[in-house]
Amino acid sequence: MSVNQHTHAGPPYGQPQPGYQGYQQPAYGGQPLPGVPHTQYGAYNGPMPGYQQPVPPQGSVRALPTSGAPPPASGTSLPSGHQGYSQFGQGDVQNGIPTSTAPMQRPPASQPFLPGSAPAPVSQPSTFQQYGPPPSSVQQLSNHMAGMTIGSTSISAPPPAGLGYGPPTSVPPVSGSFSATGSGLYAPYTASQGPPPPSVPQGLPLAQPPFSGQPVPTQRLPTEVPGFAPPPSSTGIGPSSYPPSTGPHPGPPMSGLHGPPPPTHPPQPGYQMQQNGSFGQVRGPQPNYSGAYPGTPNYGSQPGPPPKRLDPDSIPSPQLNELPPQQKPRHRIDPDAIPSPIQVIEDDRSNRGSEPFVTGVRGQVPPLVTTNFLVEDQGNASPRYIRCTSYNIPCTSDMAKQSQVPLAAVIKPLATLPPEETLPYLVDHGESGPVRCNRCKAYMCPFMQFIEGGRRFQCCFCSCVTEVPAHYFQHLDHTGKRVDFYDRPELSLGSYEFLATVDYCKNNKFPSPPAFIFMIDVSYNAVKSGLVRLICEELKSILDYLPREGNMEESAIRVGFVTYNKVLHFYNVKSSLAQPQMMVVSDVADMFVPLLDGFLVNVNESRTVIASLLDQIPEMFADTRETETVFGPVIQAGLEALKAAECAGKLFIFHTSLPIAEAPGKLKNRDDKKLINTDKEKTLFQPQTSFYSNLAKDCVAQGCCVDLFLFPNQYLDVATLGVVTYQTGGSIYKYAYFQLETDQDRFLNDLRRDVQKEVGFDAVMRVRTSTGIRATDFFGAFYMSNTTDVEMAGLDCDKTITVEFKHDDKLSEDSGALLQCALLYTSCAGQRRLRIHNLSLNCCTQLADLYRNCETDTLINYLAKYAYRGVLNSPVKAVRDSLINQCAQILACYRKNCASPSSAGQLILPECMKLLPVYLNCVLKSDVLQPGPEVTTDDRAYIRQLVTSMDVAETNVFFYPRLLPLTKADVDSDSLPAAIRNSEERLSKGDIYLLENGLNIFVWVGVNVQQALIQNLFGVSSFSQISSTLSTLPVLENPFSKKVRSIIDMLHLQRSRYMKLIIVKQEDKLEMLFKHFLVEDKSLTGGASYVDFLCHMHKEIRQLLS
Amino acid sequence: MATYLEFIQQNEERDGVRFSWNVWPSSRLEATRMVVPLACLLTPLRERPDLPPVQYEPVLCSRATCKAVLNPLCQVDYRAKLWACNFCFQRNQFPPAYAGISEVNQPAELMPQFSTIEYIVQRGPQTPLIFLYVVDTCLEEEDLQALKESLQMSLSLLPADALVGLITFGRMIQVHELSCEGISKSYVFRGTKDLTAKQIQDMLGLSRPAVPIQQGRPLQAPEQPVISSRFLQPVHKIDMNLTDLLGELQRDPWPVTQGKRPLRSTGVALSIAVGLLEGTFPNTGARIMLFTGGPPTQGPGMVVGDELKTPIRSWHDIEKDNARFMKKATKHYETLANRTATNGHCIDIYACALDQTGLLEMKCCANLTGGHMVMGDSFNTSLFKQTFQRVFNKGLNGEFRMAFGANLEVKTSRELKIAGAIGPCVSLNVKGPCVSENELGIGGTSQWKICGLDPCTTLAIYFEVVNQHNAPIPQGGRGAVQFVTQYQHSSTQKRIRVTTIARNWADAQSQLQHIEAAFDQEAAAVLMARLGVYRAESEEGPDVLRWLDRQLIRLCQKFGQYNKDDPNSFRLSESFSLYPQFMFHLRRSPFLQVFNNSPDESSYYRHHFARQDLTQSLIMIQPILYAYSFHGPPEPVLLDSSSILPDRILLMDTFFQIVIYLGETIAQWQKAGYQDMPEYENFKHLLQAPLDDAQEILQTRFPMPRYVHTEHGGSQARFLLSKVNPSQTHNNLYAWGQGGCPSRGAAEQPSTSAA
Repeated sequence: MSVNQHTHAGPPYGQPQPGYQGYQQPAYGGQPLPGVPHTQYGAYNGPMPGYQQPVPPQGSVRALPTSGAPPPASGTSLPSGHQGYSQFGQGDVQNGIPTSTAPMQRPPASQPFLPGSAPAPVSQPSTFQQYGPPPSSVQQLSNHMAGMTIGSTSISAPPPAGLGYGPPTSVPPVSGSFSATGSGLYAPYTASQGPPPPSVPQGLPLAQPPFSGQPVPTQRLPTEVPGFAPPPSSTGIGPSSYPPSTGPHPGPPMSGLHGPPPPTHPPQPGYQMQQNGSFGQVRGPQPNYSGAYPGTPNYGSQPGPPPKRLDPDSIPSPQLNELPPQQKPRHRIDPDAIPSPIQVIEDDRSNRGSEPFVTGVRGQVPPLVTTNFLVEDQGNASPRYIRCTSYNIPCTSDMAKQSQVPLAAVIKPLATLPPEETLPYLVDHGESGPVRCNRCKAYMCPFMQFIEGGRRFQCCFCSCVTEVPAHYFQHLDHTGKRVDFYDRPELSLGSYEFLATVDYCKNNKFPSPPAFIFMIDVSYNAVKSGLVRLICEELKSILDYLPREGNMEESAIRVGFVTYNKVLHFYNVKSSLAQPQMMVVSDVADMFVPLLDGFLVNVNESRTVIASLLDQIPEMFADTRETETVFGPVIQAGLEALKAAECAGKLFIFHTSLPIAEAPGKLKNRDDKKLINTDKEKTLFQPQTSFYSNLAKDCVAQGCCVDLFLFPNQYLDVATLGVVTYQTGGSIYKYAYFQLETDQDRFLNDLRRDVQKEVGFDAVMRVRTSTGIRATDFFGAFYMSNTTDVEMAGLDCDKTITVEFKHDDKLSEDSGALLQCALLYTSCAGQRRLRIHNLSLNCCTQLADLYRNCETDTLINYLAKYAYRGVLNSPVKAVRDSLINQCAQILACYRKNCASPSSAGQLILPECMKLLPVYLNCVLKSDVLQPGPEVTTDDRAYIRQLVTSMDVAETNVFFYPRLLPLTKADVDSDSLPAAIRNSEERLSKGDIYLLENGLNIFVWVGVNVQQALIQNLFGVSSFSQISSTLSTLPVLENPFSKKVRSIIDMLHLQRSRYMKLIIVKQEDKLEMLFKHFLVEDKSLTGGASYVDFLCHMHKEIRQLLS
Repeated sequence: MATYLEFIQQNEERDGVRFSWNVWPSSRLEATRMVVPLACLLTPLRERPDLPPVQYEPVLCSRATCKAVLNPLCQVDYRAKLWACNFCFQRNQFPPAYAGISEVNQPAELMPQFSTIEYIVQRGPQTPLIFLYVVDTCLEEEDLQALKESLQMSLSLLPADALVGLITFGRMIQVHELSCEGISKSYVFRGTKDLTAKQIQDMLGLSRPAVPIQQGRPLQAPEQPVISSRFLQPVHKIDMNLTDLLGELQRDPWPVTQGKRPLRSTGVALSIAVGLLEGTFPNTGARIMLFTGGPPTQGPGMVVGDELKTPIRSWHDIEKDNARFMKKATKHYETLANRTATNGHCIDIYACALDQTGLLEMKCCANLTGGHMVMGDSFNTSLFKQTFQRVFNKGLNGEFRMAFGANLEVKTSRELKIAGAIGPCVSLNVKGPCVSENELGIGGTSQWKICGLDPCTTLAIYFEVVNQHNAPIPQGGRGAVQFVTQYQHSSTQKRIRVTTIARNWADAQSQLQHIEAAFDQEAAAVLMARLGVYRAESEEGPDVLRWLDRQLIRLCQKFGQYNKDDPNSFRLSESFSLYPQFMFHLRRSPFLQVFNNSPDESSYYRHHFARQDLTQSLIMIQPILYAYSFHGPPEPVLLDSSSILPDRILLMDTFFQIVIYLGETIAQWQKAGYQDMPEYENFKHLLQAPLDDAQEILQTRFPMPRYVHTEHGGSQARFLLSKVNPSQTHNNLYAWGQGGCPSRGAAEQPSTSAA
């Protein structure tokens, strides 16, 4: 925003919406303003005066702000007493920059809102109710973004907007005290309530309850309370909260939404949920607030950001003053007032973490992925297996289209369960195989309806009636349930497995046990870096941990070894040999496997030969000078070997460089950063040859899964090399600039886990749905030869498939919608099995129900995958725009149809989606969609493929990393310290923080951290002695060190990959990298800050609404 | 008469040369009327224990187109230290080293007894002999085991410094690296893809690596010497290694389903072997020894598909043009053979299987390179084992009986030109003034390359008399021929053997009787047979027979004495008397008759026929039959059914088979066990005598003949019965001599018996 100011562009910008300009729209647009980048960089680099300057002040500011800031603010802007708070935001600015004052003046304009705001308080009561928390409740968050322009808008939408921000002050009136919480901008939140003024009358004051909550609430409580009762209708989003307040809640205006208050919801829960919805703060409102105030120091931190936005030049401010007020727009939105992921996560954790999640009820929204909870399977698949974007599906496609909420399920068929939960039971239906519907071939499941005394059953998916096979017949009890209901997992559980018969096997032959083939690059780079030796050493021990089925004594998996550079070396390690035999195949143009017997062996039988081989490999190639490698033939070789052995299996390929040797699949270096932000950017994500896609098909047909470990020192075209891995359901691991000392732990842990983890082979997955919807689109690492079957050569416990559904008919509210995901696979012991997951969803005729039963994390998972696939075919900018657009439509639809009527200036978010903007922003800022100069093409391709297989928990933390204040950790308990939001202003110089996103762990050390802490953690005496090259923390015997290490260990356990530990010292070079992950801040690469983005979203929504 | 016989014998012993005519008709016209061409059988390396090689360079005629070697026929002017070349009449100075020359102090090459002389010369680096084993692994377990043992045994027979390499093949081809410790390493190729020499060398890492352009890394010491040695190592160094490696050799592991032949990539395996040597040791003595137990079934050079239900091609198929793979396969092997020959290497084929193995297609590999071809039923037979062992036999002076990379050059005096050669050689395409335009055998050149040869290897060389009838040769003029054979001795020395011979010219009109008397009918028979066999390779069988018959008739016309229309008046002089008989058996021999022989067998027989010396060749044409009885000492008897008598033991040597046949009575006696009775010890001795004689033959024969011991009525007696002249058949058993024989044979019958 400040940017705009500098540029002065005032005029130029003028074009669209002056107000918004403040937001760096340019950034969103994807067309950075010349000025913008500048400042941004400057800021980070530190060189820019603007940035630095502010910093120093910050220190002090932090402390001061509270006290200091307010005063001025109040003075100028806010007529109402509360304004002081609003100014808060401004206050910060002032600390840094005088200019800020200017904007302040604006407020008046916004004032108009104030009036509205008043009503807000209403909600308070809700806060209490919130305890009830049923998550689903929709809440309206009316964020007033800043009272912003809105104020004006409300009046006359357009022009004033800019000012709007300033105006937030207006809020104050409403919340009075509340506004304080939010700095000026935030006020909106509280204020949001404000806007509703109109609504107020109607009784719909605002959901804001939370915000307004405290102050007002007290006053209102009485009234509202009654309101609550009514809430049943709560369907209405905002309404829920409102209703109470107004009492009259039924308020006609709302009616649209509320009208049909879905009777379905048990009133109370509904309410509660809604309440929750109100900005997470609801619960904590009071404490928070109180905290906030005192916490002013936090605010102090805020100043940080503002300065960045401001151009140093602006400091003089004369100009600014001259500028039309609009340009000054400051969003002084209180970061604490906008929906906080941390808060939402914490709330869910405390509300739902304690009791098991029982899956018996249709359409239940499970706890968040960040919550630890146990699942009790009573007929629906555990959310660990399937999560949906919404658990309440619109009955018609029109509704679905209107809402734009994607209907998708994120399925992780082989997910690992915590030890407390039982694995799916294995059911054997005998020779005739699993009992299935005659028509749609759905498998027997709890939703099948037995009729005619149990002689037939009606399919819950297609309604076809099928005879019950004689051996399966059972009488029904008086309720129509089979008597053996509880004895049969397939009748009582959501997830179970069938033993497949020979009909389900390739070539009508039971499969042989799968094989693992280790294929090691032995070119110069690999040998020199010590990699080859490392791998060989590790393989010796790792082979004892191959996946076993159940309690088998030894793994059935056979192993084979190949090394390669320009040619391939196969090894005969037959147990009868005295020494291994090496067979060189140089005919890479036409790959074949030179031996049959002795290539794939049982580890125990050939132990000595294998050991001898692994000892010799590093020796044999110690003097190699071969630098070129091949790649295509390597996969072909593995594939051929599996073909020859007639089994499925997995290739572990350890590869170091771009395959430039003359061979099929030879690649050339086509990396070109100049393509970024052009229409040709997509080519960077596309494979440069179709060779690998074709190869992948063959691999899938054979059940040959490819796991790729990359150790590049330069570009090696992950986009192309990864194609086979990706399409066969494999994993890519990438260790750029691999160095033995620093990366070996990470690599070895990854390798161990990758080798040991549960995996199925030669898998085919099909998702069946009840009539009315249909699985139409699939995202993930797999191959599809038709439109319905997802084929995966290998599928491990971490792989996730996201499936999108579309309507092709109407659904009925009564019968709901059912999903059955059937996965046919070969277990690691070579047993052919079917894993079935069933899930029943509700259907709704009211959009409000949809919005109340959404899950944002899953939604983001889908959106991210959708977008990441989009970059293959469209320019990145288009992808981002469409993402923004879709989300804006989702929110606008809500606003239009579900939220209580309120001023357009109010940003109202459904409770379940209140984090959508912040998460979406993270997706938009991710390296794939908005790369910084330091992000390599390979990294982007790598991340792109990685994300495509991620489950919800992984995408959640990947896009919104977890930031833990280590210094706040309770040394004596097992628990993690409470996470904080990803913003630099939340960091204190005196603390140490840990940030993890599933790939990396950063330990950030502030400059003012106590020496004792540093000594305890790093074993050095001062900040300056901390080595930033550490890849692990030293093992020190003191509580703090132990605690931190145990935290790190715990995090490692939660993630499917071993994260890279990076020590970041404040103000060190690496900090830039670290800051990249502070996703609520504006990013170096032009990514918007949370606040900015929220404003932008708001603008988009408003445009849609008007 | 006796003189000519002696002369011929002497000449053969001294020079290893047998001419069809020992007095030459002096004009082209007369020569052609002689029917049997002027030609000779040359055994270039005939063992001459009495011939000490001289250790200096031969002296050459200085005329660039001549370069004949100084020989006893040259006129020498001792005073002027000049010598006149007897081929081009160029007068040459002796080199300085010959300054001390005089009538009494002659260098060896001027002494008449040194018409054949051997020089040891220093040329180029000496490289050890190379043996590259190419081993089929699609064998039955027993066979493979036997083969492995033979190979292991052979290591001890090789010269210690010889380089040895191993390629194994089945469905794939493995080139074994022999120098690896701790892990055995091999390069593997698929058997279905033909590779160029360059590709093979690249894949084996043999091509000189383009100097790697890697900055900052100092180049290691040049790896030049190492290059070749990865696959070819001195026996003494990797003796143990290779023994172990051979010991661990497994049967081809790829499953062979019911009704299929194993996939055998012989074609590519050979190609790789050739490529390997080509890249590493061009133009040095090397043997590629192919051991195969079945037909090539895949890839280039495949001879039959892997479906057992389609049998391998027979002569019938070939005549009907039904042999799908034959042309392509033959072409593949021919290309290989030519490449090998160009590189101076030779290919041996040891094919042991009950069915055919594709020798027909592969024959050129051995034929063009001078390699051995051995055919047997199994590697687990003494036939193979001893034959293989005999490859490494040493000669009288303790040297291996093998030589490599020979280059045979023939020089003639002006009246003669060279028409061609037939034998295990390839043309070097050296044209010159003494090369005739008419080709007999491999012609159009005066030089041939014989990549592998032993002391028995014999070439037939055909000449043409070009002197015009109206330009008589001066009285007493002699025609001369010089054979210069440069070769790599088994001791790796380079040697040159020079043989110079001269024969008198005679005017056929006035001195026909001289010419007639000097006719060498044995040599002539073999030379004609070689021509016939050579033609048979490319022409229809009947055509060849017809041609042979016509030649015989013309010869008889020319030299026979008879009254018109009176068959009984026909007489041939003694020097021609055996010739018709040879021709008779030749017609019946497996070299010209394919009936009852598989194409592989025919190829095998013809191969040997084209390289053995005169004696062995004659045995092949007309097997020898000895009779043992109580009526006297063993005696040669007619190869005729009439020789089969109940109280005789017959020993037949056909070169390829040795058959001992007990007459009916003898067999009964033996069954009755008389030989075990002391009083019938003489019978025991009678039984033993042919066995001992057979052993003697077996000792020296290469390849080992099939040894058959049978008796009257035994199934194996067919070997004998098929060879003898069927003068007694079921038709004339009681009326022998009444002309029941097939039409043409009858004509000669009387004359042979007369002889």
